[in-house]
Amino acid sequence: MLLRLMTLCLALLLPSLASAQTLDELVGQLPDGNYNDRAALVTRIAATGDPRAASVLDALLEGELEQRTADGRIVRVTGSRNNETAVDVLTGEELGTVARRSTESIRVNNSLRRQIRTALGVLTLRDPDPARRLAAAEAALRSPDADQLDPLTEALEAEQNSTIRTALERARAATLLGTDAPIDARLAAIITLADAPAMTVQSALNAHRADADPQIAAAVAAAIAAAERRQAVWSQAQNLWFGLSLGSVLLLAAIGLAITFGVMGVINLAHGELVMLGAYTTYAVQQVFRAYAPDMLGWSLAVAVPVAFLLVGAVGVAIERGIVRHLYGRPLETLLATWGVSLILQQLVRTLFGPTNREVGTPDWMSGAFQLGEMTVTWSRVSIVVFALFVFFGLLLLMRYSAFGLQMRAVTQNRPMAANLGIRTGYVDALTFGLGAGIAGLAGVALSQIDNVSPNLGQSYIIDSFLVVVFGGVGNLWGTFAAALSLGIANKFLEPWAGAVLGKILILIFIILFIQKRPRGLFPQRGRAAEG
Amino acid sequence: MKASMTRLIDLRLGLFLAALFAVTVLAPLATTLSSSSPFNLPSYLIPLMGKYLCYALLAVALDLCWGYAGILSLGHGAFFALGGYAMGMHLMREIGARGVYANPELPDFMVFLSYDHLPWFWWGFGNFGFAAVMALAVPGLLAFVFGWFAFRSRVSGVYLSIITQALTFALLLAFFRNEMGFGGNNGLTDFRDVLGFSLSAPSTRIALFVLTAICLAACILIARAITISKAGKVLVAVRDAESRTRFLGYRVESYSVFVFTISAMMAGLAGALYVPQVGIINPSEFAPANSIEIVVWVALGGRGTLVGAAIGALVVVALKSWLTATFPDLWLFALGGLFILVTLALPNGLLGLLDRFRRAKPAPKEVPA
Repeated sequence: MLLRLMTLCLALLLPSLASAQTLDELVGQLPDGNYNDRAALVTRIAATGDPRAASVLDALLEGELEQRTADGRIVRVTGSRNNETAVDVLTGEELGTVARRSTESIRVNNSLRRQIRTALGVLTLRDPDPARRLAAAEAALRSPDADQLDPLTEALEAEQNSTIRTALERARAATLLGTDAPIDARLAAIITLADAPAMTVQSALNAHRADADPQIAAAVAAAIAAAERRQAVWSQAQNLWFGLSLGSVLLLAAIGLAITFGVMGVINLAHGELVMLGAYTTYAVQQVFRAYAPDMLGWSLAVAVPVAFLLVGAVGVAIERGIVRHLYGRPLETLLATWGVSLILQQLVRTLFGPTNREVGTPDWMSGAFQLGEMTVTWSRVSIVVFALFVFFGLLLLMRYSAFGLQMRAVTQNRPMAANLGIRTGYVDALTFGLGAGIAGLAGVALSQIDNVSPNLGQSYIIDSFLVVVFGGVGNLWGTFAAALSLGIANKFLEPWAGAVLGKILILIFIILFIQKRPRGLFPQRGRAAEG
Repeated sequence: MKASMTRLIDLRLGLFLAALFAVTVLAPLATTLSSSSPFNLPSYLIPLMGKYLCYALLAVALDLCWGYAGILSLGHGAFFALGGYAMGMHLMREIGARGVYANPELPDFMVFLSYDHLPWFWWGFGNFGFAAVMALAVPGLLAFVFGWFAFRSRVSGVYLSIITQALTFALLLAFFRNEMGFGGNNGLTDFRDVLGFSLSAPSTRIALFVLTAICLAACILIARAITISKAGKVLVAVRDAESRTRFLGYRVESYSVFVFTISAMMAGLAGALYVPQVGIINPSEFAPANSIEIVVWVALGGRGTLVGAAIGALVVVALKSWLTATFPDLWLFALGGLFILVTLALPNGLLGLLDRFRRAKPAPKEVPA
């Protein structure tokens, strides 16, 4: 152990001087000799531990490693037939376009390819980049090969990162299972594999389902059954998560509508377009950041949230004062006029920003994913769920505890009485509509992260949002909440069974039937407010 | 008897029918004039005019249920498209072995999707009569079932509008699926002939145009007959005071289902006439936006006037043809502006405006929402 450590230190201290020369020599010998000589060279190249060795072997594997006939340099040739460019594999120097027949390729056969793959796997197991080490370990797990056993064991001893260690242990177990190791070691290997996510170890275990040793075969069968059971549970959990995530998108889209439609009773068919405006605001803010403060781009989303709320809220106030105000008490006319507004907003955005999709970047802290048991959770989905909850509870608090919320409820419950008590009802109407619109703008900020930002963005949410509000019961924020989440989850549980489109159709039919049965939604308003 | 006849065709309807008759006679004649004549009508305009008349018929259908019974359906495009599909299926079958794949039994898209036999719901569509009945029966049946459930549980007003919109949206999604057996997103097209007459022949086009005009006139008369009947009075009562009508002992849902079904069948008829003249039917006809556009035709012309609905459709569609050709960017602005203008400034539509100018006759009663 001490000896090995010392060698390792030595290798680190004297980096490329000795090995570089060796690698250069070894690569120079590649074109000579037959396949067997080349096989020996591959092993020796891998053994150099030189960081460039992987790229050399990779080029060889891909059949892109060639020798220039003029000076004998070994180059990697890439590109299409008539436009091939060469790069020196050792120095990385760009050698420009190569004429046809000016290079001779170094041939490989199938057994050599297999050997190169193993050698590459081993090389990458010691790569400084943890992501590549992990990938190598996972690759070794997918195709266990008895030759890998020693490199895997060595890599496992040197590895510090716990995730990679686990992957290495599994790869080693899968490899061990295929060798003629003592039965205890093989049984232990099965136990190690049984704990791993089913998808990753299924092939490794399946290969030994009919093992010659009945004890092993039985253990493998039990392990597979256990893994499948666990996977079934996790896939339900995954559906639940996807459903929550879809539900929170629906919640975001519907919650502004729950204010304008639910609380005020205004059918705002331009709601989807207000969401779309929010998404375009995000895009515009991002463009401003790109132009003036590119190093703070990660903050653009945080800035877009208040900007979208205020801007879209202002548009909402303008719509209320200009159009909706004149149509109170005439819901069908309101529906038509706001549809007109939606067409105008759509065309306005199309004229200003063009008809194509706009790219809204995802900040670093929102990209990426983490592994939870056997499911992958992306940060952007987590952010949207959290954001939706934040907006929902913020709105709930605003309605219940602020003076504005009190006035709003007073006006919707009894307008003349509220006016008599000195509340400026017109003012409250405008602000309420503005609030609903502003929340639509917030929804747009969130949706810009997961959907295409195009002038048609709003169209795809408007029907869903209305159904959520109606399903939940008009005038009831908690109803909207419950409806959005349950529809989202139901949709995702139907999807694997019925397919995405059919699932959606079934949900629509269900809601249509549900409204027939309970025209006032899940949580109907009671008492006088219900008469409106 | 005499009195009811004069009431059936009042001045407005008489003028409209006379104008329709004149156009129907003159337009085909104008195509036969020499191309140097100032009155020559290029024959390609005939199917276009036929298409406009189909839209007018669709508007009349919607006006019957919205203007008189207060049922604002945002799903009438679905009934129109279903009628169109029924006719399209017949036209597909009539292509026979002349398709690209020359399969005498299966339409091209089915061969392409490797069907080995005709799905059951295509049976019978080889027969024109059957297809024509289906073009009315399918939308009618859907409207009957949908209306039966909706009106019986007293879904009305905005809620009804929203679920009719959900209905057409669901159908849109369904018809986009290849598995449905209706040609997926390409829909049905490449029609050759109808009842043995080539669809590209000028005489067939004129015949279809005249047929559309006749159907429009007939449907307006039927709708008018319904609205001036006793049942029509009850429908107006339902529109204006649903609860009161119910308390007076009328079965509101029966009247609503009846008018909704008739209206859907008229929409289906419009679709069936539309498809052979336009030459294609695809799922985009189910788009909720199309259905809402029908509403603006009716609103612009004047709700509850029938003639106004038809005129509104013709005006808006002509405006659309002109604007999308000359200023394509302006069309949605114009349409959106029209929605706002009509609701804010013209609650009784163009006909209401005319009445206000004429003054000789008292203006029709305000139509509440």
